[in-house]
Amino acid sequence: MNLLFKLLPEQATEYARQVDELYLFILAVSVFFTALFVFLMVYFTVKYRHKAGSTEKVEPPHEHYTPEMIGGGLLLALLMVMFFWGAKLYFKAQRPPADAMEILVTGKQWMWKIQHPSGKKEINTLHLPVGRAIKLNMTSEDVIHNFFIPAFRVKNDTVPGRYTQLWFKPDKIGTYHLFCTEYCGTEHSRMGGYVKVMSEEEYENWTSGGAGADETPVEAGARHFAELGCIACHGAISGALGPNLAGVYGKEVNFSDGSSLVRDDDYIRESILNPQAKLVAGYAPIMPTFQGQVSEEQLGHLIAYIKSLE
Amino acid sequence: MDETRPAYLAHHFEHLEQQKQSATLGIWLFLITEVMFFGGLFLGYIVYRGLYPEAWTLGSSKLNITLGAINTVILILSSLTMAMSVRSAQVGSRKQCANFILLTIIFGSAFLGIKAIEYGGKFFPGPDAHYFLIPGKDFFIDSPFSNGVQIFFSFYFTMTGMHAIHMIIGIGILFWLYVKARKGDFHENYYNPVEVTGLYWHFVDIVWIFLFPLLYLIGRH
Amino acid sequence: MSDAITSTDAGFPAKNYLIEKITVSSWLLTLDHKRIAILYLVSLLAFFLIGGLAALIFRIDLMTPGPEGKLLASETYNKFFTTHGIVMIFFFLIPSIPAVLGNFLVPIMVGAKDFAFPKINLASWYVFMAGGVLALVATIAGGVETGWTFYTPYSTMYANSNVILAVCGAFIAGFSSIMTALNFIVTIHKMRAPGLTWFRLPLFIWAMYATALVILLGTPVIAITLVMIFVERVFGFGIFDPALGGDPVLFQHLFWFYSHPAVYIMILPAMGVVSEVISCFSRRRLYGYKVIAFSSLAIAVIGFFVWGHHMFVSSQSTFAGLTFSFLTFFVAVPTALKMLNWIMTLYKGSVRLTSPMLYAFGFLGLFVIGGLTGLFLSTLATDIHLHDTYFVVAHFHYVMVGGGVMGFLGGIHFWWSKMTGKKYPEGLAVFTAIVIFIGFNLTFFPQFQLGAHGMPRRYHVYPEEFQMLHISSTTGAMVLGLGYLIMAVYLIWSLVKGKPAGKNPWEARGLEWETDSPPPTHNFHDIPVVRHPVYAYEYESETSMEPEKT
Repeated sequence: MNLLFKLLPEQATEYARQVDELYLFILAVSVFFTALFVFLMVYFTVKYRHKAGSTEKVEPPHEHYTPEMIGGGLLLALLMVMFFWGAKLYFKAQRPPADAMEILVTGKQWMWKIQHPSGKKEINTLHLPVGRAIKLNMTSEDVIHNFFIPAFRVKNDTVPGRYTQLWFKPDKIGTYHLFCTEYCGTEHSRMGGYVKVMSEEEYENWTSGGAGADETPVEAGARHFAELGCIACHGAISGALGPNLAGVYGKEVNFSDGSSLVRDDDYIRESILNPQAKLVAGYAPIMPTFQGQVSEEQLGHLIAYIKSLE
Repeated sequence: MDETRPAYLAHHFEHLEQQKQSATLGIWLFLITEVMFFGGLFLGYIVYRGLYPEAWTLGSSKLNITLGAINTVILILSSLTMAMSVRSAQVGSRKQCANFILLTIIFGSAFLGIKAIEYGGKFFPGPDAHYFLIPGKDFFIDSPFSNGVQIFFSFYFTMTGMHAIHMIIGIGILFWLYVKARKGDFHENYYNPVEVTGLYWHFVDIVWIFLFPLLYLIGRH
Repeated sequence: MSDAITSTDAGFPAKNYLIEKITVSSWLLTLDHKRIAILYLVSLLAFFLIGGLAALIFRIDLMTPGPEGKLLASETYNKFFTTHGIVMIFFFLIPSIPAVLGNFLVPIMVGAKDFAFPKINLASWYVFMAGGVLALVATIAGGVETGWTFYTPYSTMYANSNVILAVCGAFIAGFSSIMTALNFIVTIHKMRAPGLTWFRLPLFIWAMYATALVILLGTPVIAITLVMIFVERVFGFGIFDPALGGDPVLFQHLFWFYSHPAVYIMILPAMGVVSEVISCFSRRRLYGYKVIAFSSLAIAVIGFFVWGHHMFVSSQSTFAGLTFSFLTFFVAVPTALKMLNWIMTLYKGSVRLTSPMLYAFGFLGLFVIGGLTGLFLSTLATDIHLHDTYFVVAHFHYVMVGGGVMGFLGGIHFWWSKMTGKKYPEGLAVFTAIVIFIGFNLTFFPQFQLGAHGMPRRYHVYPEEFQMLHISSTTGAMVLGLGYLIMAVYLIWSLVKGKPAGKNPWEARGLEWETDSPPPTHNFHDIPVVRHPVYAYEYESETSMEPEKT
């Protein structure tokens, strides 16, 4: 019932409050112009209504371009305020702090698989500690999904074949909706659940407890690295056939064709699945592909492991 | 009532010049839609070539450059004969006009025949081939870039296939035009339909002029 | 029936395009643009009924949050909203005003006997019907449930429904659109009557021209995109397959490159109608004629550069997001200038609140809300929250139905007498317009609130707290449906029992009002010569030198 009287849902982050400010500004502008417009419509209709049998001639309008152009310019200025304000907040949403805690999210028809850095896994529920910056590293196993938390005012598509990110810093303990917001098939509307923001202490208990402490993604990644034989070429020994991976994440790498880029999650994923796509300068193209041998989940672990290497 | 109205002036036009200008403007507008249509494919091509340049070069090397080059020459010749048919009509050589249209049909058909041979070669590469280049679950080529090559061939078949469909439609229109030309319908006072068809035909030719180097000549020296 | 239309009551012409030859083949093989317009009218109303019923059914299902007690299974629900979108967009809204009112009026308004290409015009209707039949077959043969947006890789690799049939139907319908646009542009350029310079053209013609430009440049791109879905699904060609390194987001760029300008195809014609109606019922030349004309072109052009505002959370780059948000704001300026000019036409005019004028006012009020809510969506930070929620659904229904459909219905009412020679009952029409207005707002206003609170779109089951708003929305949909039904009844009634309308029952200005209602097959007895600027209420008519009778 209270939905009818509250303009917006609960605000569980500072960012949500800031987005709401902007929302209310646009709302105020909209209400103002709608009211003005409707008022003029009604007023002119009444004041200049047709009087049957009147012999008064209607004057054709005189075209005044200057006031119109000035009005258009003023409108554009107002719109640019909206644009810049929205862009500023958008930048914030695109730039997670470096110390954000990373949680892996994989969307698949029709559930969200989530794994915490402690290794703890969950489905359709996201437990979070209050007051900490959290970054979600997301992908999809099949079609495009979208991870949406209305109380945080953020969402992002999860796309198969690449990684997308979402970050927030919840500052209010509570339970909030989690929705999939990109149509993905029959059970699209059931693909969701809750975000549970809890105190730091409760989160620590939750994340380390439960039947059998799970491997952390980093530990799992280390295990895959050994099991799949990566260590044979990428072990840090002289004369190694593959580049040493210690400390490489986030640094620039040069390729044999002269191009270069900063190593990110997508690059690591591509190097595992399609190693010849970008060949590191100075190395022979002998790395085999692991397409079909690693799942999305394992890829996520391997990336977490490589990121952790110093 | 107008005794001076020729039969080839449609009833809703005031005079012949209006009809001619309308038809010409119409075909140019239609060709703009064709540019936008093929444009979508060219956009996809550019995006993926940028992402997978080695795959694109490898895929291109598997195309039959000889047949492609022959087809390019054939199509250019067909545009020449098409232009000649317009000129013939313009100077009143009604029979020559019809003959040049027929030649254009023959060249166009030859193009399609060679294309069929090319496609056949992809579907049936022979027992010694160590690749199968039809995209889909049976596609294979022994290369680390095979995924990209599969996308290349998806574009190859879609782009040349769309082009071939346009050629088939064009040949159909040319047949209709040929029948009318044989009856002597086109002459110095009325040749706009030949011109309009010619514009369509030249456009289809130009699309191929782009397709040939973009598909067949990547990385060739 | 034949009695009524051959009646020789005062003002009803004995020879007109409707009754000159009434065999089936004379209708199905007609080259007369006016008959083709009527063919389109009948088929479009059938599609509107189908799309509308689909909506009514799933709105009834949405009265319960589920998962218990739902009317439909989830998969069926998904098919219903997909059908609603495909039918309403491709087979109703995009053709609507151009194919009916444009086809009927454009040659008459430019003073020509017919379009430049009458056979292409007839062919366009058959092509449209072919596409429509395919889409209906897709529905009857089990339906499609990808959403009208066909996003990959769902549509190409995962959907188990009649995607190919639906895609072919939409592809074919696109040709119909292009044929219509070709005819409009060539006719407006080459077949204007003597004296009819560009700036003497009615603003409806400018609107049709701008729309035709958008159709011409945009439709081929959706065509090739649909071809790509086809080859990927049927032949297994990997274009958007992520396992091969394909990019599913590339599909979105190609899709929205057309589908954004498509919304301007749906609204520009309605704006053209509004210009004509407001001018007539203020008895005044439009304020800022040139601004309105050039704004139509500006909207058409800018509309091609903003497609990425549908993709802010698609994983496109920050730079792309900024660019598309920035450009999207620009389209608001010409739109706002038009709205201002329509209001200023009322100023010092002589305003009559007839039924067409009520629809024009409905357009103004609802489009202003729809347009302003677009600002929430072009602003990046708020769009991230509102994207893919009911807020977007409400926004686009306000502009497409509150704007587009109101414009269509206003035009139908305004030119009904010209097309049929009959008058419908004005009082009932006024009442129905109000019912439709109320029903529309009841249906869609609550959806802004639903969306702001996070209710996602295309959702079958939903959290209980959203139920009240859904119930109000469904109630509104029933009122809206009732309004449309009443309208259909009195319009059909008027064909049989309506009074003859005469040449110019609204005392409007324009070449169409100087010929009979209904017009003769060749539109005019003599090709008119235009002597005045358009909307010259100070003279008897566009062609006359006589001053206005008072």
